[in-house]
Amino acid sequence: MPRDTVPIPGKIEKIEILSHDGKLDTKLEPKLPDADLRKLFRYMLFTRMLDERCLHLQRQGRIGTYGPCKGQEATPLGVAYHLRKEDWFVPSYRELSGFLWRGWPVDRYMLWWGGHEIGSSIPPEVNDTPICVPIASQVQYAAGIAWGAKLRKDGTVVACFCGDGGTSEGDFHEGMNYATVFKVPLVMIVQNNQWAISVPRHKQTASQTIAQKAVAYGIDAMIVDGNDILAVLVAAKEAIDKARNGGGPTLIEAITYRLSMHTTADDPKKYRSEAEVKSWEAKDPLPRFRDYLRKKKLLDEKIEAVMEEDIRNELDTAVAKYEQYRHDPYAMFDYMYAQMTPELARQKQELKAALGGDVAPQRETARTHG
Amino acid sequence: MTDVALLVDVGLSFRDDLGIGGPARLDRKQAMAQLTMVKALNLALTEVMRENPNVMMMGQDVGIDEGVFRVTEGLLKEFGEDRVVDTPLAEAGIVGSAVGLCMKGFLPVCEMQFDGFSYQAFHQVEGHVRRLRNRTRGRFTCPMVIRMPYGGGIRAIEHHSEAPEATYAHLAGLKVVLPSGPRNARALLRAAILDPDPVVVLEPKAIYRAFREEVPDAPETMPIGKGVIARPGKDVTIITYAAMVRTVLEAAEELAEEHGVDAEVVDLLSVAPIDNDLINASVRKTGRAVVVHESYRHCGVGGEIVARIVEDSLMYLEAPIKRVTGYDTIIPFFANEQNWLPSSAKVVSAALETVRF
Repeated sequence: MPRDTVPIPGKIEKIEILSHDGKLDTKLEPKLPDADLRKLFRYMLFTRMLDERCLHLQRQGRIGTYGPCKGQEATPLGVAYHLRKEDWFVPSYRELSGFLWRGWPVDRYMLWWGGHEIGSSIPPEVNDTPICVPIASQVQYAAGIAWGAKLRKDGTVVACFCGDGGTSEGDFHEGMNYATVFKVPLVMIVQNNQWAISVPRHKQTASQTIAQKAVAYGIDAMIVDGNDILAVLVAAKEAIDKARNGGGPTLIEAITYRLSMHTTADDPKKYRSEAEVKSWEAKDPLPRFRDYLRKKKLLDEKIEAVMEEDIRNELDTAVAKYEQYRHDPYAMFDYMYAQMTPELARQKQELKAALGGDVAPQRETARTHG
Repeated sequence: MTDVALLVDVGLSFRDDLGIGGPARLDRKQAMAQLTMVKALNLALTEVMRENPNVMMMGQDVGIDEGVFRVTEGLLKEFGEDRVVDTPLAEAGIVGSAVGLCMKGFLPVCEMQFDGFSYQAFHQVEGHVRRLRNRTRGRFTCPMVIRMPYGGGIRAIEHHSEAPEATYAHLAGLKVVLPSGPRNARALLRAAILDPDPVVVLEPKAIYRAFREEVPDAPETMPIGKGVIARPGKDVTIITYAAMVRTVLEAAEELAEEHGVDAEVVDLLSVAPIDNDLINASVRKTGRAVVVHESYRHCGVGGEIVARIVEDSLMYLEAPIKRVTGYDTIIPFFANEQNWLPSSAKVVSAALETVRF
């Protein structure tokens, strides 16, 4: 009875289509309508400009701590592009481009970072979940939503995001395990941005890749260049179609980089070199996609200038709307239970008395369901 | 994580035909309506699952094994494996995936196999279950039930005899109920499943099969947050819940027979919300109060009850309030657990102290 090596089932594919120095694999290049390509670029640019605006707002004390997404615009956008409205976009907190594509109002994003729960209220036309702070805890409900979709046989798909640090959490493992045991329509995207605040990717796991964890769950995985939106579009389409057709979950590891700080509360210079950041700036998804579209004659400096001006105006409007918002100091009591308990009713009165009785608040207006 | 050998042992030793511990074990040939708490809980689950196809039962060994205490007996056979689900062995996975199922309109009933293991789902309960309504401003809600065998007294091994009610009661957004007998167990579990908010149902395992009680044919519910007077009296109010209701009733009999003290026993049934009005009305009548629960004293529910009496009824008090609780230690292994748990004798002595003050 000899010792033998057991073959490991499962497949990990790596997809790169548009390299950072402009090389294009025309055989793999997705065939999207020109209008869609231009629209995707606009969302990418919008995300970058909104992100910069939020940093400024934070520096001026007009919003709270802010977690930028600079450098990670391509992956959530490429995934969201292939989702239907009735599908589920289940983010962590660095998926701004996907939120925007799904139709979340810009001022609502600012409201979240500005300290208002209303920033978590989901637009009625989509089935999304809000920003999720406890790392990877969303993987569990993503698996549950996808399980529910399977039981309902409604053909919807769930796309869930977490980071490289998130894969160290028990919730990532439990969620992936449930999703694969019950073979639910989940596409799990790990945005491997190399850093979990100050802890580098190699300190999170001894695995050579994050993607290979899929093999242990009995499913296939893909590694994509997460800064190459064309590669993301191709991988996401395959995984989403597979999930929709009953093929079960896929794990996508998107290799990317957090070009900015974790949040405005930390200084990346303390834990990573400027040379490393520079090397990733050369792989920035935004100029890469812009140059590709310029070569296709879908963009030029004039079109881009008009686009930037439009976006700037939209951002001005959104900031103004955000700053007009007046929160209801008593709303904290209103969403604890379907029916307010007598104790909470007493505490609400207590706060009213503490605030001087009558502060005439503006009601929260984005309440989506009665 | 669970020791399989132990579960088999506990499961078997708690079969109906073996009975356990209770003085009121009745002849099995009696009318169907005479049910143990386990059977009454099973009846509630069966009834609600028949009425509403969105109700799901999920947990470890709840399917083919019918639950380690047999609470889910017959459910897999009747409702199939899409609705009665043997999950992988991961408590946070059970609760976390149930949050997602809620977002798809299901009404999951999650079984934690034992109280001590529910802590392994705690971050999902705190981070999502209790917050979902507030976090999404009412767009999504979490009408799930998390039910678990609760408390000590069955000579179980480590981690199987915990009393976590204060921990859950502390988390706004949850409701926490603790039945004290078969009839209210059935009514409270039904109310919990139908409730639009997440409810933790703590089922006192010491009385799972300790006695039977008449349970009416038609389904019943009880309002969550309301207690009952389990025994009217005029000299001292003893406030308690769960398995301790029987201990306290026993103490009340002794107080009456041997000391001429007429104790009123309040069975809270729910510790979140808590029946403030009932507690204070009774204490205002008797002027004396003893609080009894098996969980830890420090930051326990008893402290909350005392605070409410002091806030609302201080001027009615004739004596300091006493607490009879588990001690602020790890609950001892079973050889010594009876010394840790409140006993009828401890309750009698506390009640006499307040009466003789």
